Amino acid sequence: MNKQKSISQGVDYTIIWLYGILIAIGVLCIFMVEYRTDTNWVQSFLGGKTNYSKQLIFAGVCVIIATLILLTDSKLFTAFANLFYALGIVLMFATFVIGKNINGSKSWIPLGGGFNLQPVEICKIFTALALAKLLSRQETDFNKLKSQILAGIICLLPAVISIAQHEAGMALVYFSFFLVMFREGLSPIVLIIGFSFVALIISTLLIEPDTLAIILSAAAILFIYFFRRIIKKSKGLLYLILLIWFTSVGIQRFAVPFIFNNVLECYQSARVYSAFGKDYDCSLNQRSAKKSEKAPKKPDDYNVRQSKIAIGSGGFWGRGFLKGTQTRGKYVPEQHTDFIFASLGEAFGFVGCFVFLSIYLFLLFRIIRLAERQRSTFSRVYAYSVASIIFFHIAFNICMTIGLFPSPGVTLPLISYGGSSLVSFTILLFILLRLDADRQMVLR
Amino acid sequence: MSVFNQSRGGIIQIIFAAVFLIITFQLINLQIFSSKYKLAAENNAIFRKIVYPDRGIIFDRKKRALLENVISYDLMVTPAETKGNDTAALCQLLGIDTTEYKKRIKEAIFKNTRVKPSIFEPLLGPEMFAKLNENMYKFPGFVLSERSVRTYPYNTAGQLLGYIAEVDTTYLRKYKEDGYEMGDYAGMNGLEKTYEKVLMGQRGIKRFIRDNKSRIQGPYENGLFDTVAIAGKNLYTSIDVEVQQLAEKLLQNKIGSAVAINPRTGGIIAMVSSPSYNPNVLTGNQRRKNWGRMVLDTAKPMYNRAIKGQYPPGSTFKPLGALVALDEGLITPSYGVGCFGGYGGCNGVYVRCEHKNPGHAANLRLALANSCNSYFSDIFRKAIDNKKYGNTIEGYLKWKEYMNAFGLGRTLEVDLPSEDKANIPDTSKYNKFFGGARRWNSCSVLTLGIGQDKMTATPIQMANLMCIIANKGFYYAPHFVDSIENETDADTAMLGKYRRKHIVTHISDSSYKAVHDGMNDVTLYGTATAIKIPGHQYCAKTGTAQNPHGKNHSLFVAFAPKDNPRIAIAVVVENGGYGSVAAAPIAGFMMEKYLNDTISTAGLVEVERVSKVNLIPDAIKRWYYKKDSARLAKIAIEEAAAKAETNEENNKPITEATLENNSTPIGDKNTEPKIKTKPSLLLNEDKKKRRANAKP
Repeated sequence: MNKQKSISQGVDYTIIWLYGILIAIGVLCIFMVEYRTDTNWVQSFLGGKTNYSKQLIFAGVCVIIATLILLTDSKLFTAFANLFYALGIVLMFATFVIGKNINGSKSWIPLGGGFNLQPVEICKIFTALALAKLLSRQETDFNKLKSQILAGIICLLPAVISIAQHEAGMALVYFSFFLVMFREGLSPIVLIIGFSFVALIISTLLIEPDTLAIILSAAAILFIYFFRRIIKKSKGLLYLILLIWFTSVGIQRFAVPFIFNNVLECYQSARVYSAFGKDYDCSLNQRSAKKSEKAPKKPDDYNVRQSKIAIGSGGFWGRGFLKGTQTRGKYVPEQHTDFIFASLGEAFGFVGCFVFLSIYLFLLFRIIRLAERQRSTFSRVYAYSVASIIFFHIAFNICMTIGLFPSPGVTLPLISYGGSSLVSFTILLFILLRLDADRQMVLR
Repeated sequence: MSVFNQSRGGIIQIIFAAVFLIITFQLINLQIFSSKYKLAAENNAIFRKIVYPDRGIIFDRKKRALLENVISYDLMVTPAETKGNDTAALCQLLGIDTTEYKKRIKEAIFKNTRVKPSIFEPLLGPEMFAKLNENMYKFPGFVLSERSVRTYPYNTAGQLLGYIAEVDTTYLRKYKEDGYEMGDYAGMNGLEKTYEKVLMGQRGIKRFIRDNKSRIQGPYENGLFDTVAIAGKNLYTSIDVEVQQLAEKLLQNKIGSAVAINPRTGGIIAMVSSPSYNPNVLTGNQRRKNWGRMVLDTAKPMYNRAIKGQYPPGSTFKPLGALVALDEGLITPSYGVGCFGGYGGCNGVYVRCEHKNPGHAANLRLALANSCNSYFSDIFRKAIDNKKYGNTIEGYLKWKEYMNAFGLGRTLEVDLPSEDKANIPDTSKYNKFFGGARRWNSCSVLTLGIGQDKMTATPIQMANLMCIIANKGFYYAPHFVDSIENETDADTAMLGKYRRKHIVTHISDSSYKAVHDGMNDVTLYGTATAIKIPGHQYCAKTGTAQNPHGKNHSLFVAFAPKDNPRIAIAVVVENGGYGSVAAAPIAGFMMEKYLNDTISTAGLVEVERVSKVNLIPDAIKRWYYKKDSARLAKIAIEEAAAKAETNEENNKPITEATLENNSTPIGDKNTEPKIKTKPSLLLNEDKKKRRANAKP
């Protein structure tokens, strides 16, 4: 009884409720995808062969893991944060040796019994812990460039490894830590530069190169004109504007084509292009050309198109539970994992999506509220990490299914089918709950 | 150090909310303001399967099926789904090359888009079906689809029944509101075309839900929107298949036509246009090839001479001349002329007569029996110069009105497409020809009276004329279809015009008796003495129409029996010479077959003889000869090419024997015996060069 009390004491039940609701929605969505009129679903459910029953088993495992985490002491996480991180990196490197190739990415470690572990999923938690540990150290002054760079390395090392494993989508998620760093004092300039960089890349894709160069030059001249008084006083601003102009044109002219043609795979470039309604000519791609002799197959945006059709056909009220033809006909590939949102959008329409998004947003705001009430930097940084990771996952995933963003292949937290994803989000959340429950104890 | 940057938590919350807002906007855009996605989802998932009803059957007068439906298979392709297809294997099975394969796929995409199934290879033979069926798993995107096709157990009446064929874009545009789709078959000629709406029935549509691999998941909305296929209705015609077959046989090796009508109903018993073709060659997978060959055939086997062929009626017109004069009251049956070998009533024109003996035209009966040209020239002038109408023009117009009433110079609206109205010239024609309305008179057009000059008639018009005479003054419009199964009001309305009695003359029966007797005399001691129908008296008139292009056309019209006639007939044999020689025996046997249901033993021998008589003009024979030679040359080139490729063992060279089997002409056109010429002699220069190039 005493033990029980110590587990539940101070735990934020709102998040546990939201967590339960989301997992229930997830199993329901997977059920919709798997359902067949002619099969007895009760039987196949009990048989445990279908994905939704597997997901339920994963959920059961998650309950055990969650209980275990709540049973531990929060000091454990601060103490072992760096060790965990090291372990995560080792695991990620291990995939190069013992990794298993699933869907073209060699990022899985087979666990036996048909289950596989994706270290890059788990590593998010360790990175969050390591970042929290770094920022909460007494000797760290995050206003110093040195610690900022160190934090950047901690966050981007797993990202680099996962790019090497052809899991570009996962790598994107690691950029979520920059939000955390921003909260902890990273200059907004970094975020603004990052955002501008993305905007520049997108406009490079959308606008004719020469036109864009002219627009950029015109903007530079305008700036110089408006700030001519200040420039007269100090030449620094002039140089800055000229430098920005030079880098922008350089990026637009050389860096972006170089990235698309030499760094990214053909399919990745094509996905990015297709998200903005453009066709990518694969014959330009050096990597594909090197890899295979035969002409690279022209990939299309079939997945996204079908997913948009599914969501769009849902209309305002949706087509009803199990009534969506896109879902029943399996038109959307990977619908139980990455494109799970499509089944929800088709069955329950705009209303369903809106309610669903509200639950997510509520969860995120709740986590931020939790973060802000922490006394320790460690807990706060960790909580922000959790919120940012979940937010990046949701944003990338849903934007992908509704055609706002190229499909990077990230899961929808707690909804998508998959043990690795579910377990890692469970661990992520429940470590937060443990830390939050102990917020009164620590004063660091 | 602690919460320095608390305000930034708010900024992060704003960022979160902003991104969610963007997502919501896109959802509103997708789910509320775009209707195309709903449509796209339906196009994806709903599979409309057209259920073709059985086409109606056409029966003859004794309820024998002239055509039947059998199941055949089409190879259908959905171009979008052919990825990963074993193209080479498919081409080898079908015996085509990859260029042809690509061409057909392109055609399919052009005709029916990438995602809808189109016909790749129509109407597979049973062997091909078996071969393909066991290999279908190799060819994603291809399916075998059932289709009901026509067969013709009696191998007869091709031109009457018509054929069905895949609709083309022109057809679709023309019959837009009838709901045809690419790949549908429709009647393209003959009764199949005229009665298309009755025969085709109503197609049903079943809607299914399908998955991404086009596998059917189940009915859509439990079949709420499905419609049932309604089978086409059967047609009961007046055709007698045995008479039809006999007539086709008798007209073999000739160019001409025969039409037999039941005068009591207007129902057509038999209608032949020779050369004819076996309707079975226009079903099956050779359809397109055979069709192309027949269209190019100079003897026009697809051309129905019975309703389109225009011939001067010649002497067969004479009974009609008499009817006009009798109806106008210009003569009585006892009217006679003195003829001494010709008609000299006009200056400048002299019409010769076959007979010189006095009294051979002493009355109407005699004049008809002897086919006296003078007599009919005389009564024709009487009709034109009739005082009642004032002048030649008016008289001629009245005469033309008579002709039209008797069914000449206008269409009879038979239930076959593209009937011709032949020609009874208008006064304007003559005004132009003679250079003014006042510059011609009854003498100028005198030979109209004996069925020559500018007048022409189709065989069906001549047969219809016989019906009027046989019926003593009335007729029913000639037609094939007597009744339609489960006739609706629309069907009855459609057949209404064939059930209306047309009364043409108001001549007394005794006057008609003179015409009948005269025509009977033709068969007793006149020109048709040689033709007898065992057990029946009949009335007939032979005709020999002058043909400026060659030998005279042989014509024969008749009805039988003399009392209570049951069959009226008209036969035309082009370049057949005298009417009694070529056309008369054909008509005789047809009538015998119809009335007696059999032909006497002696008759059967004669039938064989008549069917072997070859009256095809030399020009056409030469054409066939040339065509055969060209084919031999082509074979030679192909052989040379095959020899050049002998290294490829799997490509079995085509032997001349197999080619010749395939190249027998359609129908029973008797061509000159094939002469094996040295093929290289027939090659022209560039072909020789090609061949030389092919060799090394």
